This record gives sequence, C-alpha cells and structure tokens, in this order.
Amino acid sequence: MSEQIAGRSGFTPAYLDRVGSSFTDFLGATAPDLLPGRRPVPAVPMGEMAPHGTTIVAATFDGGVLMGGDRRATMGNLISSRDIEKVYAADSWSVIGIAGAAGIAIEMVRLYQVELEHYEKIEGMTLSLDGKANRLAAMIRGNLGAAMQGLAVVPLFAGYDLDAAEGTSPGRIFSYDVTGGNYEERGYASVGSGSLFARSSLKKTWRPGLSADAATRSLVEALYDAADDDSATGGPDSVRRLYPILYRIDAEGAARLPDAEVAEIAASITADRSAGSANREA
Amino acid sequence: MTMPYYASAEQVMRDRSEYARKGISRGRSVAVLTCADGVLLIAENPSSTLHKVGEIYDRIGFAAVGRYSEFESLRVAGVRLADVRGYSYNRRDVTGRVVANAYAQTLGSIFTEQMKPFEVELCVAEVGTTPEADQLYRLTFDGSVVDEPDFVVMGGQAEAVSTHLREHFRPGLPLREALAVGVAALSAVSASTQANGGAHTTLPAEQVEVAVLDRARPKRTFRRITGAALRALLAPAEASAAAPAEATGAAADETEPAAHLPSAPAPGTPPGLGDPAAPDTAGGTSPAHDPAQDTGTAPATDDPQPGAPA
Repeated sequence: MSEQIAGRSGFTPAYLDRVGSSFTDFLGATAPDLLPGRRPVPAVPMGEMAPHGTTIVAATFDGGVLMGGDRRATMGNLISSRDIEKVYAADSWSVIGIAGAAGIAIEMVRLYQVELEHYEKIEGMTLSLDGKANRLAAMIRGNLGAAMQGLAVVPLFAGYDLDAAEGTSPGRIFSYDVTGGNYEERGYASVGSGSLFARSSLKKTWRPGLSADAATRSLVEALYDAADDDSATGGPDSVRRLYPILYRIDAEGAARLPDAEVAEIAASITADRSAGSANREA
Repeated sequence: MTMPYYASAEQVMRDRSEYARKGISRGRSVAVLTCADGVLLIAENPSSTLHKVGEIYDRIGFAAVGRYSEFESLRVAGVRLADVRGYSYNRRDVTGRVVANAYAQTLGSIFTEQMKPFEVELCVAEVGTTPEADQLYRLTFDGSVVDEPDFVVMGGQAEAVSTHLREHFRPGLPLREALAVGVAALSAVSASTQANGGAHTTLPAEQVEVAVLDRARPKRTFRRITGAALRALLAPAEASAAAPAEATGAAADETEPAAHLPSAPAPGTPPGLGDPAAPDTAGGTSPAHDPAQDTGTAPATDDPQPGAPA
C-alpha cells in the first residue's frame, strides 16, 4: 500500500482530485479491499462461528441523550467475551452502539469514526446529525450480503443535535435494520437479543424530561432486566468488576461515564430488588 | 515557416522556478512557531473561510502560502493519505515525515513534468511530547524539503519576517507570548499596519488566522483560535509583548546564542532551486539586524536599541 501511495511520483491522481469529502467513497476508489462491505462473503451460513454482541439501549433526557451496552459477546451457546465494548464515541457529539457480528461491527465503527473525522477535516465543519445518521445507513446497506449469511450488524446511533430548534430535545436517537433502513426513535430505543426485555423495562421507567441521573438509572435497569431474561446479555458483574458501558452526550459533548458511577447505580438496583424479594417473603 | 524551438533544461527550470517564486512572493506571509504549549500556526488572512492553515491528523498540522486552489488540493491529499494510513495501520503510524515525503515527491514531479509548477510553499508541522520533539518541515514548489528548528516562515516577505523572528523568538515561550511574537513579526511587513501605510498598529484579530497543535490534548491536537478567544489572547499581548520580549532577550544574552540558525538546502538541491538564501523563500543567510521593537516597527530601522542582544 505504501508503494501505491508514496511512490516515485508522490500522490496518485485520485488523491489530488478535489472531489468528494467522504472517506468511504475515497477508499472505494483507491483501496476497495479495505472496505468491510466489498469483500466476498462465503456462501454458507456462519453466524454460529463468529462472536455476536448483544443488547444496546439508549434514552433521551432533559438536555441530551444516553447510550449503554452490556459487556457480553456470545458464540452459539458459549460466552466468547465478558468485557467486550460495544458502545463507542463516533465523534465529539455522537455515539454508536452495535449489536450483531462483533468483528464486522467493530470494523464498521472504526470506518465510521474515520468517515466523520475525514469530512470534518476536509470541509472544515461537522456533518449535521441527520447527515451522520444517513452515512451510517449507507454502510449498513453495504453489509446486506454478509447479513444474509448470519453476519448482520445492527447499530443504534445517538447524538446531540447542535442545530436543534428552540424547544425541541437536542438529544436524538436513530435505529436501523439490516437492510439499511433508518428510523428516528422517540425517547428511547434498544437493539440486540435482549432488546425486547430492555424495551419493556424502559417503557415502565422512562418518561419525557427525565434528569440525566434518572435516565442513567433507567438505562442500567433496562440492561439488568435484559440480562435477567436473555442468556446472551451480561448483567453487572461485581465479582470481576465489569459493568455496562454508558456514554452521555450533552451540551459539553460525548463522555463515557466512569465505571465507579455505573457500579454504584448497579449496586443500588441490586439492593432495591433484593429488598423487594425480602418484603414479598415476609 | 515556424522555427524549431529549443530551450536548455537549465533554462526551463530557471524559468519555472522564477515563475513559481513570483507567484508565491505576491501572497501574505505565514509563520509556524514551536512554543511551550505546542506548535502555533499563524497566517495573515482576512478570509475566515478560505483557510491557510489546517488539520492533517492527530498531531500534524498544515500551513501554506501561494495559490489557494493548489495548496487546498494538496491539503486534501494529505488528509486522505493520513486517514488511509491511520485506518489501515494505526493512528500512531501516521507521522509528519510520511506526509512531508509525499508532498515533496508530488511537488517535485509536478515541477519537472508539467508546464506550470505549483505556486505554493507548504509547512507540515508535527507536535511532539516536548518542544524538542516538534518537527517542522518546509516544502518548496520544486519539492525540496527542509527540516527547520523553532520556526518556519513562508510567503512574500518571508525574509523580513524571519529576521524579525530571529531577534525576538526564544524556544519554549508560552502560547500567549509566542503568539505576540509571531503576530508582531507578521505585522512588521503587513500592508495593513501603520508601519507600511495601513490603519492598524499591529494586525487585528480579523486579519489573522491562528491555530495551535495543542501539546496537552490527548488525541486530535489541532484547534483553531478564533473570535473572542483570539481577541482575548491578542489584546493584552499588545501591552505586554514588548516587555517580556525584551526581558527574555536580555536574560538570554549570556545564556543562549541565537535561537534560530539559518537553514541549509537539502543535500542534492541544485543551486537556485528552493535555496533558503533566495530572497523570496524562507530561511536566509543574512546576518541578524538590530532588533526592532515588537510594536510594529519595520525591522529595517538602523538605530540599535540600547541593551539589546548583539
């Protein structure tokens, strides 16, 4: 690759063409083998052979949006990882959480992060939040072939809309399907194998205009409920000190919540539920 | 009947470099300085959207003078190279040297192979963990690349600006003082300052474009300083610039020799091509003049300041 780029004559003509500010389009023209969607996929179902990430949840609060994910990856009936990270900051104002084939998903997140940064550097400004959501949809669409072989990737995307009109919530959530369909969610959303249980939980605990702390607790509780009923979702693990990963995006930008803070919330949820069981027995 | 036309290679190269130099020398100057807090990129640029300085990668910045369309396409190519490399290897594997080499080869082949050379001069700056680890590469229209210590000046009046800087710049200045020194040096030659018949004493915030590669930032170090932040940095600097510059200058009298030595052309550079001694490229070999005050006096005044470093 280095010969191709820094050969005798320096940049190849593709580099000097002043057309396009998309990194993915540029790679497609110069090094298509680096794109996850352009590689041939074996014609047999291989979903059981690759690690899969599971539950991601997101919810808005008064002044921003939160996203969280459990730490488990599964391979068939086995737990392949207890401490995988499935929620990432896409740039300073948005986060992406991924469910599905972990290898492809992580590569896609990496490409997506570069895509946003690349646009920002070339154009001198960031993409609009809707623009970012659309770019992600195009990437998911490119993975449809692999998805049919059991390597589907389904992300959840959330961001702080710097152009939000006065009176509307700046925190917004977008969900996707395997064909690249892009849907804006109202209030809260979840994807992955435990999403059914997580969504039921959020339905009861989430309200519009929650404070950041209340929404954080609501998300951790949703992940707790998902882990309760879905074998592929990991609950808070106080033995190994592994807790869900949570990102909060507000007017200050995206930041990962410290583990200690999440551990405290998880401990308080566990304590509340043990107390509830004790009361019922009494 | 047309006469067969012949021009010697030497003549062709000379004409091309003269053409490129003329184009570059018409533009306003740009200065890139290392300081304690990072690498400072300062351009005299009245436009707030057509940038002369930009971000290439995490720790790499870009500054240019000359024809906008040409250096803009080079900047985009640099961003693409850095991003492809960082994506296919790792973010740590993108260095200023790789980007500077690609620019040098591109500029070199355009200079020799095409009718019209690029009328640009570039600086690729990489911020290190310490000021000593900072790298500044100056690239000229013919593809020669020079690794300069402390600062790089490019553009129409590069010689005068670097003379000014050589007298006032000290390694390891804090950001505010380095900015004051840089802006004063650019003001000394700018057409919009009083010294040269303009309206301002030094360049105002609207006339300069400032960005810094911030040493303390963890990932992407590039940050533009604009609007109120820039005015705040510049405003008190006007009052305090002369004092610290003189104080450090006097203190450094016995401790440190001249901060900046004139650069030499890269080995193998033919004479006349990218020669730093040439009047319209940066560098220069003329001996240091008397120090001019930071208040916008042109450095050409001949009365030496009392107590100034020799």
